[in-house]
Amino acid sequence: MTARIRVDPIACSGHGLCAELLPERIELDEWGYPIVDGEPIPPDLLAHAREAAAACPKLALRLTAERRA
Amino acid sequence: MSLPRLLAGVRDDRPLSLAEHLAIHGSAPAAGPELFDALDDAGLRGRGGASFPTGVKLRSVAARRGSKTVLVNGAEGEPMSSKDRVLLRCAPHLVLDGALAAAAAVGARAVVVAVPRDAPRALDALHGAVAERPDARHVTIAPVPVAYLAGEETALIRYLDGASLKPTTSPPLPFERGLRRRPTLVQNPETLAHLALILRHGSDWFREVGTLGHPGSAMVTVCGAVERPGVQEIALGSPLDNVLLHAGGPSDHLRAVLVGGFHGTWIPPAALPTVTLDDEGLAWHGASLAAGVVVALDVAACPVQEVAQTMAWLEGQSAHQCGPCSNGLPAIAGELARVAAGYDDGHGLARIERWGGLVARRGACRLPDGAVRFLRSALEVFPLEFAEHARRGPCRACARPLTLSVPASFSTVAA
Ligand SMILES: Cc1cc2nc3c(=O)[nH]c(=O)nc-3n(C[C@H](O)[C@H](O)[C@H](O)COP(=O)(O)O)c2cc1C
Ligand code: SF4
Ligand code: SF4
Repeated sequence: MTARIRVDPIACSGHGLCAELLPERIELDEWGYPIVDGEPIPPDLLAHAREAAAACPKLALRLTAERRA
Repeated sequence: MSLPRLLAGVRDDRPLSLAEHLAIHGSAPAAGPELFDALDDAGLRGRGGASFPTGVKLRSVAARRGSKTVLVNGAEGEPMSSKDRVLLRCAPHLVLDGALAAAAAVGARAVVVAVPRDAPRALDALHGAVAERPDARHVTIAPVPVAYLAGEETALIRYLDGASLKPTTSPPLPFERGLRRRPTLVQNPETLAHLALILRHGSDWFREVGTLGHPGSAMVTVCGAVERPGVQEIALGSPLDNVLLHAGGPSDHLRAVLVGGFHGTWIPPAALPTVTLDDEGLAWHGASLAAGVVVALDVAACPVQEVAQTMAWLEGQSAHQCGPCSNGLPAIAGELARVAAGYDDGHGLARIERWGGLVARRGACRLPDGAVRFLRSALEVFPLEFAEHARRGPCRACARPLTLSVPASFSTVAA
């Protein structure tokens, strides 16, 4: 299983909370919206990524798990 | 049969009746799943802009369960494009043939045809055509707003479902959840017209025209500084020079040619003789045919003014619902206006570049991606012009009427 984070750009309101909880993978642009690279999340960051997704007040941050083909 | 294919038998810009249509094309055989292979072999790709393989899309809709819909996306939101309007008003039966065949092949019952509100002749032609044929009972014709986003599939679906004309987050894509939350096949009218002919004549016939990589013919709208602007059906792979000649030739010396409309790419004059109109040929120049709009810009025009005004217009067409797009596009448009007017602090163009990078690929739809492609290509092809304006302000050509123009029927804000 590979986990990645995605932002729903319509739902996201730019709170920036996610960047505080997962600074290793999320930075904010100059308007406060998260920049994510879509690369797989390494196992040691999974717990933080889950926490960030759960903390997003708009439920805009999603952790997607794909089974490897 | 050589060209024209889709416009065969069309005269005087009036709709072909069912009898005329059948006399020209013959009747279509019944469509089933074997159509998917024919489309794959033909190499048909969507003509609405994204060039997605049509066979693949039909298969993915066919694989879904439950009741399904075919949505003919005739919204034609590209401001300088008229090829879909022309096709719908001149060859409505060919488009309906394609839509009904696609519906039969994927197992859809309903067909909805979206037509821009400013196209009464296309609407009349379609209503007339539907009334003429007994197999079109499940076809609905839906007038839609005239706006850039009207042709973006998720915005169109949301609008047709009774909400506002704004894109939705994908996934789910329309083939998973579209009109009334049902799996929906969205195709451009031209794509369906080609499909109708592939069903009749097969994939080898389709490939007799076009290139190996981008087979078939295509409808293009040639406009701007040419003697006879209008819609042509070309063989894919045609030299751009020839296509301009068919439009009567440049009416002046050219500054550049924009291929792909307001999401397109600028081709500088030096490259013109080597450009062919097919996706592989255009890829050499960083371009793609998209919805087939070709705009010739004459030497007397000011590219900086054209680009600044077009970016301001595109910003106004955004649905302003995603952070990067609704902050970035106004920032870019504002900075471009300052550069064009000569109020630049020396860093304007660098900021525009940076914001371009922040806006692309971060929205729910691709409107910002296309806007940034158009912008970046302009900065690459007209670097001196931008630098001159930033330093010295407007040039003499700045006050000329714009070549990149938008019909008055367009909504100023997304409806
Ligand atoms: C901003 C935007 C505008 C679009 N406008 C149109 C349009 O006017 N007509 C169209 O057919 N497709 C348009 N598209 C593409 C559609 O979303 C969709 O991909 C297309 O209708 C699929 O048909 P095709 O595969 O036959 O090309 C647009 C896409 C975007 C991002
Ligand atoms: S926490 Fe949620 S709403 Fe806030 S910036 Fe991150 S994704 Fe957007
Ligand atoms: S990317 Fe822009 S135009 Fe597209 S949905 Fe988001 S805000 Fe609207």
